Amino acid sequence: MTTVSALSSRKGRNVELGLLVFAVAIVALAYINVGIAVEGAIPPSLVAVGTGFVVITAAFHITMRLRAPYADPLILPIATLLNGLGLVMINRLDLANGRDLAEGMALRQLMWSALAAGLAIAALIILRDHRILRRYTYLAGAIGFGLLLLPLVPGLGVENYGSRIWINLGPFSFQPGEIAKIVLAVFFAGYLVQTRDALSVAGRRILGLTLPRARDLGPILVAWMLSVGVLVLEKDLGSSLLFFGLFVAMLYVATERTSWVAIGLLLFCVGCWVANLLFSHVQRRVLLWLDTFSREALDTSDQLARGLMGMASGGMVGTGLGRGRPDLTYFAESDFIIPSFGEEIGLIGLFALLILYVLLVERGLRTAIGARDGFGKLLASGLAFSVALQCFVVVGGVTRVIPLTGLTMPFLSQGGSSLLANWTLVALLLRISDHARRPVPDPEAPNPVANEPTQVVKLR
Amino acid sequence: MSEITITVMRLGLLVALWAFVVAVVGVLRGDLYGTQVTPRKTPTARGNTPRPVARSASPAAVPAEQRPVGRPAGRRVAARAANRDPNHLRVMSGPLSGTSLPLREAGILIGRSPESALVLEDDFASGRHARIFKGPEGWMVEDLGSTNGTFIGPQRLTTPTPVTAGTEIRFGTTVVELRR
Repeated sequence: MTTVSALSSRKGRNVELGLLVFAVAIVALAYINVGIAVEGAIPPSLVAVGTGFVVITAAFHITMRLRAPYADPLILPIATLLNGLGLVMINRLDLANGRDLAEGMALRQLMWSALAAGLAIAALIILRDHRILRRYTYLAGAIGFGLLLLPLVPGLGVENYGSRIWINLGPFSFQPGEIAKIVLAVFFAGYLVQTRDALSVAGRRILGLTLPRARDLGPILVAWMLSVGVLVLEKDLGSSLLFFGLFVAMLYVATERTSWVAIGLLLFCVGCWVANLLFSHVQRRVLLWLDTFSREALDTSDQLARGLMGMASGGMVGTGLGRGRPDLTYFAESDFIIPSFGEEIGLIGLFALLILYVLLVERGLRTAIGARDGFGKLLASGLAFSVALQCFVVVGGVTRVIPLTGLTMPFLSQGGSSLLANWTLVALLLRISDHARRPVPDPEAPNPVANEPTQVVKLR
Repeated sequence: MSEITITVMRLGLLVALWAFVVAVVGVLRGDLYGTQVTPRKTPTARGNTPRPVARSASPAAVPAEQRPVGRPAGRRVAARAANRDPNHLRVMSGPLSGTSLPLREAGILIGRSPESALVLEDDFASGRHARIFKGPEGWMVEDLGSTNGTFIGPQRLTTPTPVTAGTEIRFGTTVVELRR
């Protein structure tokens, strides 16, 4: 007893502009707040950093108006605000460690932001239609697995702080897993669009779960073996969880079958349990997670304990930017940026940040619902889910929900590869949402060309 | 700078962050797109059967009761009373009775499939049952190969047939007519 009518969306570019101005204003307020709290005056670097930030934002917004006019108006402001707040916190930690703007990490982070936004703008300009990516499904798969395993190459990969997820390229060190996340999402989307019928229809029903046939288990077993390989050889639970979770989530979206999620979780639990029995570095992580404050754990690393203490001292409203001591924790600007924020803007502020991530993911999933092609749906849901899972791994790690692993918080954390990957991810989401929200041309509308009499172009 | 400035700034930052979240959620509410599903009330033949005039003792209640369900169409009826061409379709009986929707030049699809303009919840209707469109000599109805047929009076349609305002067209248990 319903009627269904089509609703087309507004373009929303002016809404986006308004929210972008709001986001830049919040970042400016936070930056001034840090300057006043630490040095007692409005920081002189405000003009330089602020101009850079505004120029990046304006360039991106103008590109959107020209190249993706129907794209979702909320994704860009949220990403801008998160990136800006990350910049403020990194600058604040620079000040705490006595580095000035020229030698500090904040300026480098700003440069990386510019580069990342530039790459995203280029992606929006070059990639006119996300469906082009489907042509490169298997190439993307090969590149993705290559990137994931690249840190294992001797001479190229380096082991930092217990995890082998970095590669050294001359003066730069790079985390290829971040880029692999996007490339693998493209691969999984293209692959599952082709194979989902076989994976979703065949099977028998046992105990209310439709279990797949044994021969259809191939892909999930390959993905599982790779993720366990990453866990064992690169000693990184985060990348392993991110990569395997992404595959299982996209498999679930493609096939609508709960049994894949059950099989995936079961396989992952078995893998983790075996790894915990066999490998000492995994046991160390579990010890730090379960008994953070025991003598044994504190002798190994007190990083997690310091982060927790920082958040505890922040309380509900926080100490205020510039008034806490987040610099006491190691990696306060990258892996532990969430405890840094928790200490200085408190639980209330931290929850605002988490809700911004939730909204970003929601817009990604909404884009997936609106997308009219199967590939776009799967890609958008995969990208959105990867952001959600990454946030879960990072926030879960620093709050002792799961063992701590070295992933970065998208947009907030200091790090070039993370920014490059996440801004490219945003560009892809914007491209898909532009496609999803563009009004469908009415097939029955009078077509001016069809009504013209056919012209004789050449008689001979 | 005094301590109070800093306190105001740090609390202001929290307020601003949440104001941003609220602004984003506000945009979400106004930014619906895709398809809209409008639930209809069940049939007590609203505005359909003429009510006795004597009942309009309370002037406020009756107009509200008699207001047609498809309000925009209803308003257009009044505006274009002079125009002789039918411009909306009214369901006269069946589960959707009382519903009306505007006729579109491009034609409207009637059937059980969700992309139809009038989605029938009628076990005797087909997925894509019939189409009403504007032909050269006015509005036409065409059966789209439905299982149980489209009828005008006792006659089952085989070819596109012109319909005028007031002609009753029957699909399954649903009867519709064009209205001016």
